[in-house]
Parts: sequence; C-alpha cells; structure tokens
Amino acid sequence: MTTAISVSGLVKTFGRTRALDGLDLTVRTGEVHGFLGPNGAGKSTTIRVLLGLMRADSGSATLLGGDPWRDATALHRRLAYVPGDVSLWPTLSGGEVIDLLGRLRGGLDQRRRADLLERFDLDPRKKGRTYSKGNRQKVALVAALASDVELLIMDEPTSGLDPLMESVFQECVREERERGRTVLLSSHILAEVETLCDRVSIIRTGRTVETGTLAELRHLTRTSIAAELAGPPNGITDLSGVHDLKVEGNRVRFDVDTRELDSALRALSQSGVRSLTSQPPTLEELFLRHYQEEAAS
Amino acid sequence: MTGITGTGPLVRLALRRDRIILPIWIVLLGVIPGSTAKAYEQLYPTMADRITLNAGSATNASAAVLYGPAYDLTTTGGWIAWRYGSFLALFVALMAIFTVTRHTRAEEDSGRLELLGSAVVGRYAALTSGLLVAGGASVAVGLLSTLVMLGNGLPVAGSVTFGLGAAATGLVFTAISGVTAQLTEYSRSANGFATAALGVAFLLRALGDSTPSAHWVSWLSPLAWPQQAKPFVADKWWVFPMAVVIAAAIATIAFRLVPRRDLGAGLFPAKPGPAAAPGSLASPLGLAWRLHRGSLLGWTAGMVVLGVVFGSLADGIGGLVGDSQQVRDILARMGGTQGLVDAYLSAIIGLFGMLAGVYAVQATLRMRSEETGGRAEPVLATGVSRTGWVASHLVFTVLGPAVLLAVAGLAAGLGNAMHAGDLGHQLGHMLDAAVVELPAVWVLTGVAALLFGLLPQVSVPASWAVMGVFLVIALYGPVLGLAQAILDISPFVHVPKLQAGTPFTATPLFWLTGVAALGVAAGLAGFRRRDLG
Repeated sequence: MTTAISVSGLVKTFGRTRALDGLDLTVRTGEVHGFLGPNGAGKSTTIRVLLGLMRADSGSATLLGGDPWRDATALHRRLAYVPGDVSLWPTLSGGEVIDLLGRLRGGLDQRRRADLLERFDLDPRKKGRTYSKGNRQKVALVAALASDVELLIMDEPTSGLDPLMESVFQECVREERERGRTVLLSSHILAEVETLCDRVSIIRTGRTVETGTLAELRHLTRTSIAAELAGPPNGITDLSGVHDLKVEGNRVRFDVDTRELDSALRALSQSGVRSLTSQPPTLEELFLRHYQEEAAS
Repeated sequence: MTGITGTGPLVRLALRRDRIILPIWIVLLGVIPGSTAKAYEQLYPTMADRITLNAGSATNASAAVLYGPAYDLTTTGGWIAWRYGSFLALFVALMAIFTVTRHTRAEEDSGRLELLGSAVVGRYAALTSGLLVAGGASVAVGLLSTLVMLGNGLPVAGSVTFGLGAAATGLVFTAISGVTAQLTEYSRSANGFATAALGVAFLLRALGDSTPSAHWVSWLSPLAWPQQAKPFVADKWWVFPMAVVIAAAIATIAFRLVPRRDLGAGLFPAKPGPAAAPGSLASPLGLAWRLHRGSLLGWTAGMVVLGVVFGSLADGIGGLVGDSQQVRDILARMGGTQGLVDAYLSAIIGLFGMLAGVYAVQATLRMRSEETGGRAEPVLATGVSRTGWVASHLVFTVLGPAVLLAVAGLAAGLGNAMHAGDLGHQLGHMLDAAVVELPAVWVLTGVAALLFGLLPQVSVPASWAVMGVFLVIALYGPVLGLAQAILDISPFVHVPKLQAGTPFTATPLFWLTGVAALGVAAGLAGFRRRDLG
C-alpha cells in the first residue's frame, strides 16, 4: 500500500495566528479521505501548503512522492484542485474556463466533459459573474473531474450545491474511486463525509484530533439507547460507560460507550425489554463532542 | 423617501474604508498649488522677469496644450492658476471617478452590496452615498486649496474662485461616473468608460486652448473650467453653480437608470460566450491575452486619437506668434518657428510616455488583482509555474507600452504630416521620439513588479504613489527649480530629447532599461518565494 499524501507536524503562522499547529495527515493511494473540521480549523491552509501555494514554517509534507513546494509544477500535472470559493474570470465563459484549466493540467477527456456538463446541468455558455456560487463550483468540479489525474483535492466542493447536485457529486466521487483515483475531500458537512469516505481525519485549531476509518472512529463514540422495560431498571446505573441516564418509571434513555454496549444490553434484558431503539453514533456527535471540548477549554 | 434609506451608514462605511486613501488625495491635491507661491516669487522676483515669462508663455502652444491658457503670469495667483489649474482638475476628476466606482459598481461586482442590500438599505442608497463621498471629497480639495492659497497671502476672490473651479470639475465627474457605474457589470469597465470621458474632456480642452479660432471648445470640457473661471484675473465664480446644475442633471440620469436594472447586473446585459474554449486559450499566455486584450485595445485606440489630434496641431504652433518684437526675440532664442514646433512635439511625446507609464502600472498590477481575486490560485494549482505565470503577464506590461508608444508616435507623425507634408520623414521622426520613451516606461513596470513580488499587501497604492511622484517631478520639477538630485529620481527626466542640434546619447536608455530589468527580476524572485493570497 502506498501513500498519496503524508503530512507530519505541519506548522503555519500568519502574524500571531497559528493556523496550523503540528498537523498530521496521511492519505493512502486509492482511498477517499475525508478532511473534517469546523470553519477556520486550518483545512484550506493545509490544502494550500499541499499545493505549494504556501510554504509551511515547519513540519514535512509529501505529495505523490514529491515535495509540494519544490516539485509544484510537476506534481500539479498529476492532480486536480477544486477551491472552496471559486472565482471565475468575468470575460470568460464557463466552458472556456473548463477547457483552459483542463489544458493547463495536460488534457481533458472530451466525452467525460460533455457527460459531466449534462449530469451537473451546467450551461457552459454563461460568463463569469453571471453564474451563481453553486454553478461556479460546478465549473471547477467539471474541470477537475474531466481531467486525467491521479489525485483530486477538493476544498468544501459541495457548499453551494443543492441536494440533487450533491447526490450527482457523490456518484462522481464513487466513480473516481472505482477508477483508482485518490480523493482528498475537505468538508464540514458530516453526512457527506460519512457516505463517501473510506477514512477520515478530524482537525481542530490546526491540529489533527482523530484519524482512522469510520469503524475505528465509531469505536470511540457512544450509541444512544431508548428502551421500555418490563420492570424497573436494575444495574444500569452501576455500569461504567453509561452517560446521561434518564429514568421515567420503566422507560430508560442513555448514551453508552460503544465498547460497553454489550454489558448495557445484558443489564437491560435482565429487566425484560418491551421495546428498544438504538441510534448508531453519527459523525455529527463525534464532531460536536470535539467542538464542545474546545469551547469548554 | 425610502429609496435612500441607509445612505447615512453607507457613507460612514465608505469614509471608514477610505480613511487613508481619501485624506491622501485631498491633502496632496489641496496643498500643492498654493504652496508653490514661494517658488514663483523666487523664480521670477522682478516685474521684468514676470513680463518676459508672460510674453514667452503666450506664444507657447505646447504649454497651452499641456497646462491650459496663460491669462496673466505677472501675478503669483495667475501663474498658479495656469500651471496647476488643469492638472488639478484632471486629478480631482480621477479621484472622483475611482471613489464613486469603488463604492457603487465595485461593491456590486464583488457581491458585497448584496450582503448590505438584504439589510435595510434602499435601492438608491449605494449610489447616493458614493456620490456624496466623492462629491464631498471634491469640495474638500477645493476648500483646502483655497485655504492654502489664503495662507500664502494670495487675494481672497481669486483663491476662492480657484477652489470653486477644482470642486466644479470634481462634481461633474462624480456624476459622470455615477452613470458609468450603471452601464455594465464590471467595475473595471465603469472606470474605463468614465476615464474615457475624461480623455475626451482633456482633448477638448487641449484643442480649445491651443486653437485661437476655437477657444469656445474649451468650455465643453469640465477640465477647462478651473482656468476658464480666470481666477486672479476675472474671478468668474459662477462656474461653480453652473457645474452644480450640470452635475445634478447628470446624476439624475444615474438615478433614473438604477431601477431599470437588477442588483449586480448592468444596463447592457452580458452576452453569452462560447461553450468551448478556442485553441488559443491553452496556455498562461493565451489566458493573459484574454485578460489584457480589452484594456490594450482601448488604450491603443485612445493613443491613436491623441496622437493624430496633437500631431495635427503642431504645424499651427508657429502661426500663434504675435507681432510684438519681444515675442519675436524669445522665439529666436528658442530656435525659430521650427524650434517652437520641436518643443511642442517633444512635450507631446513626453505626455505619451507618461500615459504609457500609467498603462504599464495598471497592466502589471493586474497580477495582484488576479491574486487577490482568487483567480491566480486555480491556475497556479495546474502545471503552470509561477515564473511562467508572471512571464505571461509581463509580455503585456513590457510589450504593451511599446505598442502604445509606437502607435502614438506614428499617429502624431501622420497628424503632423497632414498639414506639414513630408509623411515619410514625419512618421520616422515621431516614431523614434516616442520609442525613446520606452525605457522610462519600463522602469514603472519594474517598480510595480518589484512591489508585487516583495510587498504585495501595499503594491497597489505604493505603485501608484511612485507613479505620481515620477509624474509630479517630471511635470513640475524643472519649473520649480528643484535640485538635480531630486529631478533625477524620475525616469522621465532622463529621456533624451530628439531635437535638431542636440546630440543624441543612448547611455541613459541603457541605464533605465537596466533598472527596469533589475526590478522585474527582483519582483519575480520575491514572488517565487512568497505565499500566495
């Protein structure tokens, strides 16, 4: 297994602000990697460093086996980038921008271009500012997806897309993975990362706080349980790993650490279970927990 | 009236955003004219000196083209009104244009006005606040220049008339750019249309002032009003209320255009473009051509018009000489009629050089606006290297001025030959004279490139400031008797004049080109090392 992106201990400061504070990130070749964090966490800064548009103060970064700063031009021919805030040239039409960016990367698949334009329902004849934010993003997406590259780096690519277009986008990303391309997808939309990504890195204030597969991350999270029991609940309160327990007569509601799930269910069944609903942890909760810790500290 | 609700907060926002740039404009423009009173008194201490100056300038149509009519150079005030009146008007007009566009169309273009438009802000509030700020700044320049003149002991009536004249021009161009801001979606074209109107005004003034049979033409140009008001000579203060009425009429047009279009849209709708890029749009150079094309073509057209008009005036210069013996003596010292024509053409070519310098700065700073607009990033994230990207823009900032100067020189030669004949000689002579300006223009390319690479945050205002200093030194340095060391700062001072009887030396051209090349090289080195954004 090879590594497409490998970043360790990356530090970048702007004046007094420490945008990146020892960030680590590993993206394996052929995977779709979610790069998750709240606004201002340092996602875009990391991407700019990876693209050689900025130079880090310290730490190391390797991209497709090369140095992102020194080998920028050679590396850029092997990747496509979708910026978070797409600005287009006012005098160029969308179709012209797609062709230009594709040609500057070294070529564009014309059939795929036509196919993508249709799927994204994009009129390529309009000019720069007459596109809405979502449509500007589509221009950059079509240009990137129709390019023949190994790696796609996308910075919050769906933030202006409507739900219909978001599902088109998800389809496209799955196709890219099937072709064996590597995708780094930055986002603060958790559902998107959950449905698309093989592995996820969560960052906060310039630092990586979690990284792993979704299954691994779920291991660290809690499942919400609501149950109606035959008799009064016994033994639940004594269990370790149970949080926010609420008891109303025979009804109980609590969150349990995933590793204690088994013992919690045993304790419930001793009282007899009439109904049970359980919700698997969402990234949302994972995210909120980190976010709350940040606010609390 | 609910349409202007929110104007107050928008004015305060505009003043806050402009808290550095507007005071600089106002203080520079307001202080310079009056503060040169001492220089006049030192340069021309006796009445005899002043009478000689007066007689000499009356014969000099090249001075009339550049500076406007000289009504009375025997008083300090009359001299200041002649020397600074039309250029002060020109710069007040530029200040007004940029200020109005910055707070109206540029805000829409960037999408920021949409954010404000959703708050309690009336449809006309942005236009009203832009006009108020720019108009207020114009009046402030007039007021300050009057105060500085009074402080230097000049007569009250003349000082007030001079200030009113400058404010009058500012108000009219405030209103004009209020209209041009409505026409298209882009702030660049709003500024372009308004400065084109300014160019027409400059031509009308130059034509009227240098053509004795058609002096009335000057009145068509708001740029001429500060001098047509004849401060310190006849004090026609009513020029100001006249300008207020005209400005109000033009502003009414702007207000009537506002409801005819959507927010963010122009009166002229954007046409759809091609669905696929032409084969030429496949390299950074192809992109740079698309970005610089419109501006370069517009400038080229402007230079052709300027060249033909000014060139065709040359032959009449000798005919302006009156019958007085004193004037004939001065003329003889200047090298006879041919010397006068040469001096005129050389002044015109100098003007072309300065204009090409403005283009060079503007085109070089295009790199900065591409960067801050987020449009450099996607290109530099492809296989395009930083050097390649800069080089593709430099093609236009280096060769663009060459095209402009060549075109202007040829057009001036053509215009001159229409009256004087001898087309072949005229074309060659004027082309040579214009192209010699090129190294000085390149110095500005070098300065802007250097600032873009090393001090990107301040590169835009700093580049224009340097340009302004070079212009002021070249235009006013010699007449103010500045030390040679100060004059030498401006590259335009070093351009050798191609006049009969003056030996031509190429040494300064090599120096200037070398300085320009150093600036570009250092700027590129800086850009390759720094962060983007």
